[in-house]
Amino acid sequence: MNRFDYICPTTVAEAVAGAAETGSAYLAAGTNLVDLMKIGVARPQRLIDVTKLPGLDAIEWSPDGSVRVGAMVRNADLAYDLRFAENFPAVAEALLSGASAQLRNAATVGGNLMQRTRCAYFQDTASACNRRAPGSGCDALEGDNRLHAVIGWSEHCIATHPSDFCVPLAALDAVVEVEGPQGRRDIPFESFHRLPGDTPEIETNLAPGELILGVRFPAEAARFKAHSRYLKLRERTSYAFAVVSAAAALDLQEGSIRHARLAVGAVAAKPWRIREAEEGLIGGEPTTEAFAKAAEIALAGASPSGDNAFKIELARRIIVRALALAAEGTPRAMPALPGSPFSSASGVSHVA
Amino acid sequence: MTLSISLTINGQPKTIALDDPRVTLLDLLRERLYLTGTKKGCDRGQCGACTVLVDGRRMNSCLSLAVSLNGTEVTTIEGLAEGDDLHPVQAAFIECDGFQCGYCTPGQIMSAVGLISEGHAGDDPERVRELMSGNLCRCGAYQGITEAVLEAQRTLKEQKERDAA
Ligand SMILES: Cc1cc2nc3c(=O)[nH]c(=O)nc-3n(C[C@H](O)[C@H](O)[C@H](O)COP(=O)(O)OP(=O)(O)OC[C@H]3O[C@@H](n4cnc5c(N)ncnc54)[C@H](O)[C@@H]3O)c2cc1C
Ligand code: SF4
Ligand code: FES
Ligand code: FES
Repeated sequence: MNRFDYICPTTVAEAVAGAAETGSAYLAAGTNLVDLMKIGVARPQRLIDVTKLPGLDAIEWSPDGSVRVGAMVRNADLAYDLRFAENFPAVAEALLSGASAQLRNAATVGGNLMQRTRCAYFQDTASACNRRAPGSGCDALEGDNRLHAVIGWSEHCIATHPSDFCVPLAALDAVVEVEGPQGRRDIPFESFHRLPGDTPEIETNLAPGELILGVRFPAEAARFKAHSRYLKLRERTSYAFAVVSAAAALDLQEGSIRHARLAVGAVAAKPWRIREAEEGLIGGEPTTEAFAKAAEIALAGASPSGDNAFKIELARRIIVRALALAAEGTPRAMPALPGSPFSSASGVSHVA
Repeated sequence: MTLSISLTINGQPKTIALDDPRVTLLDLLRERLYLTGTKKGCDRGQCGACTVLVDGRRMNSCLSLAVSLNGTEVTTIEGLAEGDDLHPVQAAFIECDGFQCGYCTPGQIMSAVGLISEGHAGDDPERVRELMSGNLCRCGAYQGITEAVLEAQRTLKEQKERDAA
């Protein structure tokens, strides 16, 4: 790990001013940043510890039913907050399907949004990687790329975004509140993360030095609470990143779909919201045929970036199954294995 | 840059001068305070051997910078027993054969203490397994570990009920 200076500001203004200095990085729980610093992938000159900033660790409800979740709220505290989980069950399920209990106790909302890809070449400083070292090439193109992107990738980078939490956030029209040297602004969740294009090193639309203050959920996002699921396929049952995942949310009225939300995870460099598939579902009945059609639309533009064509079919099936589970209804209690295909409620087809 | 931090470790308040902010909580405990009960497995958040409680919550000490934990209370495996009286979770691990080589055990035990106080598993072995998945055991003592967690949870509940009566 390189040497660095450490400051621990006690106001947002102080933190933002501190970050204006080049080579600075915000430190939250450190579960991603400290890891990357140990292996030499992140080499900040100065850490700005944001864990002591006041007012960023609250879950605040507005009278209209919208909610603001502070950037320092820990992943576990959000997932187990009763009111939050009742209104946004797919978000709670996604959070509980991620990492481990220890990591969720530490990891923050802001840090989760900003976590870096798990591409093995990105993490290995001896490999070529445009995301880590712009212009150096991409060893994943001809390497071990089973788990890499099938949507929105470019010849410059085929990495995926690893977050579970971010998938339902994209589906539910969350908004990221940030503060930077130019003041405060909102970034709609869908335009928060970026596809690689020819600048994979620019991962988000956060400007340099901008601090995430929190994430807002609009009141409308709670209309899906009775029919929401997050489904995550992993290479082992727990404590593993997604191979593919999906957040599905339906608003059903007298047997037909009034509103639908769908986003897929681990297929692109950003959580992948699919509005065309949502639109196709609206007004129809929640049938397997309708869900299969939505999945076709969702993956119409997908193509393998390497040895990963299987992820397209897998994503199709996960979408159909997540929608079917959502149609069945949000489980009364959080499943013992959150997000797991091995924990499905009885009655739903195990084969999509 | 020298940084001074205050930590309460196993009930004892300490002021610690750090010559370097790079020190993780794990290295602080093992290399500077000689509390070697907390183990280093992967040093990357992937195994749980380094689990300790920070303000009562289980965390991976290998990924926390000590300097960032200024003002917190840390409990390690050394802080559980009261003299010769083992903590109920320690006793249950022995009773239920919850280990073989023992390397992962301090982390498993601290994680189990955290799990029980979080209170989300009920008496469901599936939930216990899921909520203990952050602790790998190379010897594969998982069956005994799950039983130990459930056993310790029962004991602690009974203790609490007795104390309340
Ligand atoms: C073994 C392991 C398994 C994991 N499994 C999963 C999984 O299955 N699913 C999943 O989703 N995640 C998983 N994770 C990732 C985990 O969710 C992230 O490490 C965590 O959310 C990061 O949060 P943090 O508070 O520790 O952030 P940090 O590590 O402190 O920071 C991460 C990044 O965010 C930036 N940052 C932090 N806060 C802010 C802010 N307020 N404003 C602007 N920038 C900020 C930092 O500068 C840094 O670049 C896993 C991690 C590990 C180590
Ligand atoms: S896929 Fe992206 S992150 Fe991975 S090596 Fe290529 S450029 Fe780097
Ligand atoms: S040593 Fe910390 S998780 Fe492995
Ligand atoms: S007892 Fe040997 S690693 Fe768990």
